[in-house]
Amino acid sequence: MAMVDIKKPQVDAVLIGFGWTSAIMGMELTEAGLKVVALERGENRDTSPDFAYPLIADELTFGIRHKLFQNLARETLTIRHSPKGKAVPYRQLGSFLPGTGVGGAGVHWNGQHWRVLPEELRLKSHMTERYGKRFIPADMTIQDFGVSYDELEPYFNQFERVCGTSGKAGNLNGTIVEGGNPFEGQRSSEFPLPPLADVYGASLFAKAAKDLSYHPFSEPAANASRPYTNPYGAQLGPCNFCGYCERFGCYMYAKASPQTTILPILTKKPNFELRTQSNVVRINHDAQGKRATGVTYIDAQGREVFQPADLVVLCAYELNNTRLLLLSGIGKPYNPATGKGVVGRNYAYQMTGGVAVFFDKDKPMNPFIGTGAGGQVIDDLNGDHFDHAPLGFIGGGYIGVIQTGGRPIQQMSLPKDTPQWGAKWKQAIKDHYLYTVNIQTHGTVMAHRDNYLDLDPTYRDVFGQPLLRMTFDWKENDIKMTQYVTGKAREIARAMGGKSIEAKMKQFGDHYDTRVYQTTHNVGGTIMGDDPKSSVVNRFLQTWDAHNVFVMGAGVFPQNIGYNPTGLVGALAYWSARAIRTSYLKTPGPLVQA
Amino acid sequence: MSRSEKSSSRRDFLCKMIALVPTVSVAAYLPFSALRTSTAQAQTNSPTQTYSPKYFTLEEWVFLQAACERLIPADENGPGAVELGVPEFIDREMDGPFGHAANWYMQGPFATAQPELGYQSPLTPRAVYRAGIAAVDAHCRKMFSNKSFSELPITQQDSVLTGLEKDALDFDNVSGKSFFGFLLQNTKEGYLADPIHGGNKNMGSWKMIGFPGARADFIDWVDKYGARYPLSPVGIAGGKG
Repeated sequence: MAMVDIKKPQVDAVLIGFGWTSAIMGMELTEAGLKVVALERGENRDTSPDFAYPLIADELTFGIRHKLFQNLARETLTIRHSPKGKAVPYRQLGSFLPGTGVGGAGVHWNGQHWRVLPEELRLKSHMTERYGKRFIPADMTIQDFGVSYDELEPYFNQFERVCGTSGKAGNLNGTIVEGGNPFEGQRSSEFPLPPLADVYGASLFAKAAKDLSYHPFSEPAANASRPYTNPYGAQLGPCNFCGYCERFGCYMYAKASPQTTILPILTKKPNFELRTQSNVVRINHDAQGKRATGVTYIDAQGREVFQPADLVVLCAYELNNTRLLLLSGIGKPYNPATGKGVVGRNYAYQMTGGVAVFFDKDKPMNPFIGTGAGGQVIDDLNGDHFDHAPLGFIGGGYIGVIQTGGRPIQQMSLPKDTPQWGAKWKQAIKDHYLYTVNIQTHGTVMAHRDNYLDLDPTYRDVFGQPLLRMTFDWKENDIKMTQYVTGKAREIARAMGGKSIEAKMKQFGDHYDTRVYQTTHNVGGTIMGDDPKSSVVNRFLQTWDAHNVFVMGAGVFPQNIGYNPTGLVGALAYWSARAIRTSYLKTPGPLVQA
Repeated sequence: MSRSEKSSSRRDFLCKMIALVPTVSVAAYLPFSALRTSTAQAQTNSPTQTYSPKYFTLEEWVFLQAACERLIPADENGPGAVELGVPEFIDREMDGPFGHAANWYMQGPFATAQPELGYQSPLTPRAVYRAGIAAVDAHCRKMFSNKSFSELPITQQDSVLTGLEKDALDFDNVSGKSFFGFLLQNTKEGYLADPIHGGNKNMGSWKMIGFPGARADFIDWVDKYGARYPLSPVGIAGGKG
């Protein structure tokens, strides 16, 4: 270990990373009077000038060359399909796109702002109660989150108010409301903003779904449908459907991000300090690993800096949180052979599929009219809203038309038999670009015993530290799920009035393909729960091992949910912050007795 | 062939070309096959701008023009790749972060792996182009009476490209399939990206497909169901298509 070049004065709390959860924690802990330092490995950036029009409307630079994402030349991870395989580096961005820099992935997300289904927070208990213990396959290691929907409801509400989320409640204090999602957990209040308008394709989907007795509604969107001022006093402008949302920063101040909702207030606080280009390489702790003493980071000049702190909060991307715990020796690493150990356990991902609906030339769909979120979706086939007994799988997903843009390099849908090049390809892009609607399916991935994260024995990052190693492949349960849900999407597609449709879904035997973008919804590795033998953090996101270390992010999900993760990630950060403020700061120690 | 031999042969070729063509303009780099095709097509293929490649050598440039035009040919549907400046786009990309794989993890060891685990070669895209073009031209000379790719009739060019795409051509120094993958990806990018990157001149592809480019504000057209968007495309640097 290199000698520390610089030792900084002690602070109350240090936040590792500076995306959504760090901004939330920063706000909460400074409100509690703590002196807080946030360490961000990337650079500072803001709506102006970094996301300003017209330079942001550049598909090549942002969408294809990945300007806003993690630079893999400095740090990546290795991936293999099974514990027997040899992992190789994820050399080029493909399947998922971790963020870096101020705002993290909160800059370039879509704003698809869901909560969670109540039964998903107690998935193992729920499935056991309804279908019996034997319904859960032996190698499936799902478990309960250890926190209930009702406990989290105020924090879902709070995060939606911070984001200015647009939507329509379907369950208001237990009353089902026409036009919203009738399957959702109950809300204590209506969304802060009404839903975004529907594009043509979404309206056709909603009509077809309704005709088939489903319950379509507007997808909750952290893309403001009206001007909005949040409880912190930050102001959002209305979304103008520019079509440059995911992979881009929002030039309209309409997409909720740390920059648009929290940072203008937080960064002005005297008890808050942000240090960019400060790459945390380990959490320092006492000899027993029971108490963290601070963190060590490498600054922009390559110097090693020790930042002492009473409280350490991991707010990096979930894969990096797992890696930092492993590099720091906090918590027992998971071993898939014995099933023992916890750090790296239950890594899971998201299952996606889709159906393209091709229309005749009398129906231009104007795909470039896009919002990151919104559109029309159904939740009838998510969670446990349908009888799983005859289907033989656990989980589900939502189906919908969320038209995020018509950027022609990445978002061109063509019939499968189209040649990849030549005059026929060219004919096809002319014939289909304007006249295609895409239905998406987005669903769960269950945790399995041999899908996990650990440290790679061979490959290293720019600082010489081992890379994280991901062992992951699709399992039968999740393929069954997507075939069922995407099969239903195909029926809706047929009813939409196009001239032809084509479904795309994973098949049995398909391996996880790292080259093709799917989602940046990696979960697990630092999972939450009620037992230190099967979880890294307790229900308040406090590590079982070191009471002054808390872990945020989707790494705490014990398996993946059907929805996009950010709404749950934000709510859990507020929930954890509340526990720190009301209990931990008064009497520092374990918030749950092991 | 060693690096120095290769450079020297390239220099010889360049000298000969310069001797043959007093004014070295882009028109002089046009693929010979394009000149042999119909007059109408040759006209649509003629780039109006002049651009001197910064990375590619003259013979590589000739290959690139010929290959791009086969991947996206000019026809009655709209402009082809060469007319829209796709070779210029690719040449500019070679000197940028993409060409150098500047944002990719390029540390060894380099192992072969299942294709689903992604690109595992130590070669940067610019190195793949260099080795790939040399390998394809060498293959063509061997198979087709000493003619380089650009000198072949277009049907033979297409069958060579198909061979690369299907991984049917085996080269020592580069994967033909990887080379084809970069070439096709970059050709489509140059054809469809904003003109500030050197391709898609006059937003030709956007006009063909109906993409309004960098307008990026459609609030007034969201509820115009089934109505064609009326405005022509704009680019980041301004100017209407």
